[in-house]
Amino acid sequence: MTPRRRIAPSAVVWLFLGAAYFLIPLAATLLFSLRDDQTAKCCTYANYSYILHDPDFWSTIRLSFVVALETIAITVVLLVPTVYWVHLKVPRLRPLIGFLALVPFVVAPIILVVGLLDVYRGTPEWFYAQPYGFLAVVYVVLAFPFMYFSLDTGFRSIDVHTLTEASQSLGAGWPTTLWRVILPNIKAAALAGSFLTLAIVMGEYTIASLSQFNTFSVYVQYINQNKTYPAGAITMLAFGITWAAMLSLLAVGRGQQAPVTEGEK
Amino acid sequence: MADVELKQLHRRFGEVVALAGIDLDITTGEFVSLLGPSGCGKTTALRLVAGFDRPTSGRVVIDGKDVTDVPPNSRDIGMVFQAYSLFPNMTAVRNVEFGLRVRKQHRADRNRRALELLDLVGLAQAADRYPHQLSGGMQQRVALARALAIEPRLLLLDEPLSALDAKVRVQLREEIRRIQLELGITTIYVTHDQEEALSISDRVAVMSGGRIEQIGPPAEMYGSPATPFVAEFIGTMNRLVATVADDGSIDYGGLRLRVEAARGLPRGERVLCLVRPETVEVVRANGTPGEGALTGEVVSNTFLGSTSRLRVADESGERTLTADISTTQGIDLVVGTKVVASFPADSPRLLSLADQPVIPALDPDGQ
Repeated sequence: MTPRRRIAPSAVVWLFLGAAYFLIPLAATLLFSLRDDQTAKCCTYANYSYILHDPDFWSTIRLSFVVALETIAITVVLLVPTVYWVHLKVPRLRPLIGFLALVPFVVAPIILVVGLLDVYRGTPEWFYAQPYGFLAVVYVVLAFPFMYFSLDTGFRSIDVHTLTEASQSLGAGWPTTLWRVILPNIKAAALAGSFLTLAIVMGEYTIASLSQFNTFSVYVQYINQNKTYPAGAITMLAFGITWAAMLSLLAVGRGQQAPVTEGEK
Repeated sequence: MADVELKQLHRRFGEVVALAGIDLDITTGEFVSLLGPSGCGKTTALRLVAGFDRPTSGRVVIDGKDVTDVPPNSRDIGMVFQAYSLFPNMTAVRNVEFGLRVRKQHRADRNRRALELLDLVGLAQAADRYPHQLSGGMQQRVALARALAIEPRLLLLDEPLSALDAKVRVQLREEIRRIQLELGITTIYVTHDQEEALSISDRVAVMSGGRIEQIGPPAEMYGSPATPFVAEFIGTMNRLVATVADDGSIDYGGLRLRVEAARGLPRGERVLCLVRPETVEVVRANGTPGEGALTGEVVSNTFLGSTSRLRVADESGERTLTADISTTQGIDLVVGTKVVASFPADSPRLLSLADQPVIPALDPDGQ
């Protein structure tokens, strides 16, 4: 019988401190959001009602969510085959791509958006003037490091060469190998990258604001500037919605769980 | 099932020559092992047959058809890899079904076939387990079943047992041979373990430096090694660098030894005299130096279970013989015991060293 592991008292203290670090501001915001916008007295759901009945809330959140899904789709379609190929055929390029992936961290979003607005000037209006075009492309650049490093870790955790060769020896071509063998085994990494991308896109303000698209973060900023207590409500809603979106991505991406047989390792 | 021909197969990686032109013909249903040390080119040869790599020059012909430029997924070859290669996201039965699924076989048919093969490798009860729920030996059995499911015309095994412990290795190699004989499938097996190769193959090809040194049935490879390298690599061997003396004898550092194979060779020719340790006899010395035998003392006595390995050296320590004798006999011959070591005159094999440099002798234990 495996002995029960005892948790060290110091671990409990650190766990408590860590939880407090995240939960206290959240609890404070929650309490703040429940105050009446006129009298500042607790507790009322009026701020939540105000936000949920604002059509701008729904239109901006829908826009941000669609752009986030589009960004995730483009990033996955671009990066999964690329990282696979790099691991399989040109592993010596990994450090170079890792370096390139750091560039979006180094270049400030305000510089990035000014540069990209200039680069894409002259492109068709359906692309340049639409958040589903221009904004998604810029967010792909922002998401590059998060998705790349997640996928890189995922690919390093499997034996890409052997799995590929085993698949090919059984008659599978490249698409089948990628779709049926490789992708299911790096799904956790792709999901992790997708979560990060979703969180980034849902919260990105600078680029959306400068390129004059009314995304969810721009709306949040507008409420923060103009409404005191509803700002708390929208912060809580944004928090909840982002988590709900992540959980639904997880639910969609979750595959069949390995059955655990009694007595097996 | 297939005939396989490798024709002047060369493979270079930059300046490194991995294969220096090998020719090999394998007939239908034959089990051929490529045996050699690391870096000898055996896995490179196998990968060229599988299609995972392209030769610098030369051809791979299967059933009379040149497949050198055919991609691996169109070659109809089953392969078991050294590393565990089961798809982690699939159960054992789904892994075995994979090749049939690629071939768009009907679901019920492929499931039945997969279960049959899992039964063949003794894992019918583990069909629904994922790879992480299987031991290393079980994973390699499933990999074998998966390779056989597509009914390949050729089966390639790339050191499939090297990651397993000794007992499982012996068990599984016997199973591989049983299944190969049962299905009559042409098989190429790569290994660096000579015991493994000798025990299951129809023919063994010993490779060194990207070339095939010698190919033949296991008994021939063991009994009549054609080159000093093969003699060294297959089994344990005493290697005595000597010169031909009178008719039917050799001079081993001043010691005259009777060797039938020296008959007819020019006197004074440098030869390598190869003596299997199991042919060497060791008895206690009776005081007078033995004629035609090495008189000395036991310098080491290693217990190997049913046998003991004795190393006998003369006074100078320059002339030595290693002998494998029964443990009951060897138990009395402790280190320091004065002994006489000899071998029958017709047992050694002589290789001429007239044209080649002497390979530095390894420890006769083969280490």
